[in-house]
Amino acid sequence: MTTTDERQPGAPVVSLGMPLVGGALGRAHGHGTSGLETSETDDRSARLAAVRAGDIGSVHSWELVTAVDGPGTRMTVFLSGCPLRCLYCHNPDTMEMRRGTDVPADELLARIARYRGVMQATGGGLTISGGEPLMQPAFVRRLLHGARAMGIHTALDTSGYLGSHLSDEMLDHVDMVLLDVKSGDPDTYKKVTGRELAPTLEFGRRLAARGTEIWVRFVLVPGLTDDVANVEAVASYVATLSSVTRVEVLPFHQMGRDKWADLGLEYQLEDTQPPTPELVERVREQFRSRGLTTF
Amino acid sequence: MSTTAVPSTETATLPDAWDGFVAGPWVDHVDVRDFIQRNYTPYLGDASFLAGPTARTTAMWDRLAAMFPAEREKGVYDIDATTPSTITSHAPGYIDQDNEVVVGLQTDAPLKRAIMPNGGYRMVLNSLDTYGYEADPIVTEIFTKYRKTHNDGVFDVYPPAVRAARSSHIITGLPDAYGRGRIIGDYRRVALYGVDALIAAKKLERAELDMERSTENVIRDREELAEQTRALGELKAMAASYGYDISLPATTGREAVQWLYFGYLAAVKEQNGAAMSLGRTSTFLDIFLQRDIDAGVLTEEQAQEIIDDFVIKLRIVRFLRTPEYDNLFSGDPTWVTESIAGMGEDGRPLVTRTSFRYLQTLYNLGPAPEPNMTVFWSDKLPQGFKDYCAQVSIDTSAVQYESDDLIRDSWGDDAAIACCVSPMRVGKQMQFFGARVNLAKTLLYAINGGRDEVTGKQIAPVGAPVDGEILDYDEVVAKFDVMMDWLAQTYVDALNCVHYMHDKYAYERIEMALHDRTILRTMACGIAGLSVVVDSLSAIKYGTVRALRTADGLVTEYSVEGDFPTYGNDDDRADDIAVWIVQTFMEKIRRFPTYRDATHTQSVLTITSNVVYGKATGSTPDGRRAGEPFAPGANPMNGRDTHGMLASALSVAKLPYAEAQDGISLTSSVVPTGLGRTRDEQVTNLVGLLDAYTLSNGYHMNVNVLNRETLLDAMEHPENYPQLTIRVSGYAVNFVRLTREQQLDVLSRTFHGAV
Repeated sequence: MTTTDERQPGAPVVSLGMPLVGGALGRAHGHGTSGLETSETDDRSARLAAVRAGDIGSVHSWELVTAVDGPGTRMTVFLSGCPLRCLYCHNPDTMEMRRGTDVPADELLARIARYRGVMQATGGGLTISGGEPLMQPAFVRRLLHGARAMGIHTALDTSGYLGSHLSDEMLDHVDMVLLDVKSGDPDTYKKVTGRELAPTLEFGRRLAARGTEIWVRFVLVPGLTDDVANVEAVASYVATLSSVTRVEVLPFHQMGRDKWADLGLEYQLEDTQPPTPELVERVREQFRSRGLTTF
Repeated sequence: MSTTAVPSTETATLPDAWDGFVAGPWVDHVDVRDFIQRNYTPYLGDASFLAGPTARTTAMWDRLAAMFPAEREKGVYDIDATTPSTITSHAPGYIDQDNEVVVGLQTDAPLKRAIMPNGGYRMVLNSLDTYGYEADPIVTEIFTKYRKTHNDGVFDVYPPAVRAARSSHIITGLPDAYGRGRIIGDYRRVALYGVDALIAAKKLERAELDMERSTENVIRDREELAEQTRALGELKAMAASYGYDISLPATTGREAVQWLYFGYLAAVKEQNGAAMSLGRTSTFLDIFLQRDIDAGVLTEEQAQEIIDDFVIKLRIVRFLRTPEYDNLFSGDPTWVTESIAGMGEDGRPLVTRTSFRYLQTLYNLGPAPEPNMTVFWSDKLPQGFKDYCAQVSIDTSAVQYESDDLIRDSWGDDAAIACCVSPMRVGKQMQFFGARVNLAKTLLYAINGGRDEVTGKQIAPVGAPVDGEILDYDEVVAKFDVMMDWLAQTYVDALNCVHYMHDKYAYERIEMALHDRTILRTMACGIAGLSVVVDSLSAIKYGTVRALRTADGLVTEYSVEGDFPTYGNDDDRADDIAVWIVQTFMEKIRRFPTYRDATHTQSVLTITSNVVYGKATGSTPDGRRAGEPFAPGANPMNGRDTHGMLASALSVAKLPYAEAQDGISLTSSVVPTGLGRTRDEQVTNLVGLLDAYTLSNGYHMNVNVLNRETLLDAMEHPENYPQLTIRVSGYAVNFVRLTREQQLDVLSRTFHGAV
């Protein structure tokens, strides 16, 4: 998820008392999938068939992370492609599936198997993130099945917009969902992401009804998502989901700015400042006042 | 030792000092491990029993802390320039005589440094000159006219190849002008047996030696034994000057600490060694402290106070060194390394309450780099201890971790670390410290036919340089292999010269007196620049590297095109190269005979000299520019490890310990919030990471838990951070005592916002 893609080796630490989380900023070129055998074929139709079957996925990168994409130390796989166009996206290079690298599911599963011991020792697991992982449901299904067969804890990091792509059978193999609720007000949601809010809300309710553990993420962008009423809407919705165990308010930062320029994309938040600690605290309090464990 | 003068169980009752101890073989001959195993009480609980500092402790530390700014300002607080240091050279010294629980200083006043000319007199003169002290003319006459030093001896015997390799910085940091250190006396013996029993045991050893023919080796052994025995006598005399008779065993916990400390103090009065490590003392001392607590004569607060006072003494061990030396090793280190915890061979944890008490000093006195707290980590350690270690790491960054499983498998469960990562059986093993060779430069020599890429001088034997524009992997590897042959031979040659002369002119009398007669010696070679070479070879193999030559054909720059896998991403393509290098160089080292038949080992460690080595090394085929620092130790290059801290660590964990038995150093930095949202989560996650790393055969990890702003602010306002401690390659340093260049290097290293 774009909201979690704030990791940047060597970057200034955001001193808001929260982890720098997510992804691939500052990554050396071409290293996102290093260590994985990639799939190269000139046969376009064969490739498409393999993608449809979930044998091949478009992968942006992988990383071993601690404490950010779920409990313990996890292997987070960032898939390419996203239906949303969040104005604050920190990893716009994951928006389009064509920018990813084709990786066979078996290759990725072999890498996951390699970290089984690490996951066991740290209480961690596998997190499938993106981009939007549900852009590639067949591939995600392969990964979830494979991980579950190895007894590995699984988490899915999603906006929920494509929640309908996730069958109940697939959900049986998901231990937790990191659900991005990018706004509570439908108009704001549309402004931020270019898409509708409703599918996300519906997906969250479905998870709660099944009892699937949820960590909710909310990216706080001054002037965009910080409106009291907007936050209230998110918080009151989240409070209705009985399986939410944690809420993370992620303060916006500018570390992804250069990527937009590199990709030749227009970046609308050029002048937006990170939220003040007071603003972050206000928003967290809005969640906490509903009895939600919030960071 | 096979026999001792300790009263035998059959012929006499045990001394009163041993009341309450379970007897065993340790009673009949020197065997500290046996004593520990039969008498220690594992502690499986958490840290809640610990006591804070007493008012006395705080006042004592504050008194010293008030002297540190002046010391930092000037480089030294004071020097006694006229009295070459011996065990008995100086009158007793005190910080605050009436209030000290454990006594003894290296000179007659705290922070006053002594001269130790046996290693080399030029080092002494340079140091005195640097800090504005006059050398004493009589001392100068003695050490230039009448008394030869280690340094003089070495330069009498170095062959030209060694001199050339040394001055071109391909072989670096050799202990040829300073004390080699890295020897750990078994200071526990002083407390358990008393000095008289140790002298008696040495006399029996001498009697054995007297029965052998007087060949060269036997003569040397006899002379060394005579010196050892003499040093033990001096140890007694030094203790007596403080009003203590340590001829018999310690009778209380406080005495045990005092006796042990006197043993250590004698060592640091006699030797200015590069690392003067303490050993593995906490669980040993716990037995004495616990006996007093059980008898109702000692409270927890008092036990902690004794340990606090002991640690205060260890923190103010000082040596007189030159600024060049400090640049190489950073921040005036003494490496008073203490090895804590681990698991016993019988499966019981070697964790005691005193293991906790040692770490607690980092709270009671504030964080500090010395003593170098080193935890032998195993996933099987008690949870309470693991959690406490993680908590202390997060709060102070002043703990390093070594794999207990790897060390125990090779060296048993009574081994300790000398310096940063070098393990040895306490009292049964010593090492000939060999500093390290610069493998990145070696690769450049291979490419340039043995010429130095910086000076253009022919250093290694003339070989055919690589020709052609694009570097060919097989050709470069073949030439590198040949160059490593030359390097290994020259290196072992140098070390043999160094250690022959160190034994002859600067023998560690008291430290060796606290060893068995028959010991294992290791020739501890070392390599620097591993990650540079790996990435360079990977670039040549997987990318396209063009050599750019000067007019006279010297390759001084490289252009690198294309992607190539880099070390530090758990990518076998690059990591296999790293494994190959470590194995290959070790194999080459093993071909050359060593002084005193020492066992060949090597380390992958740089301490902080990765900066100095980088400065002396030209541009490399991985795209690193001339002069840029290497990564420290076995670390991947800064910023090239892009899959998270653990993936980076797992690359390092692939290096085979069997081919680097002197240790493989990894430094990892993380901001506290990168470990979790809450304190509990941070502790749990750090414990998990350490478990995961050691279970993956990782050998060593420094954990720096810090944030960038803290360091930036400390660079600008060092006065506000007198105790800011960070871990660099096996060693914790005071950040504010690093050079600016070293500070920048620490900053430029990957900060893993998320681990």
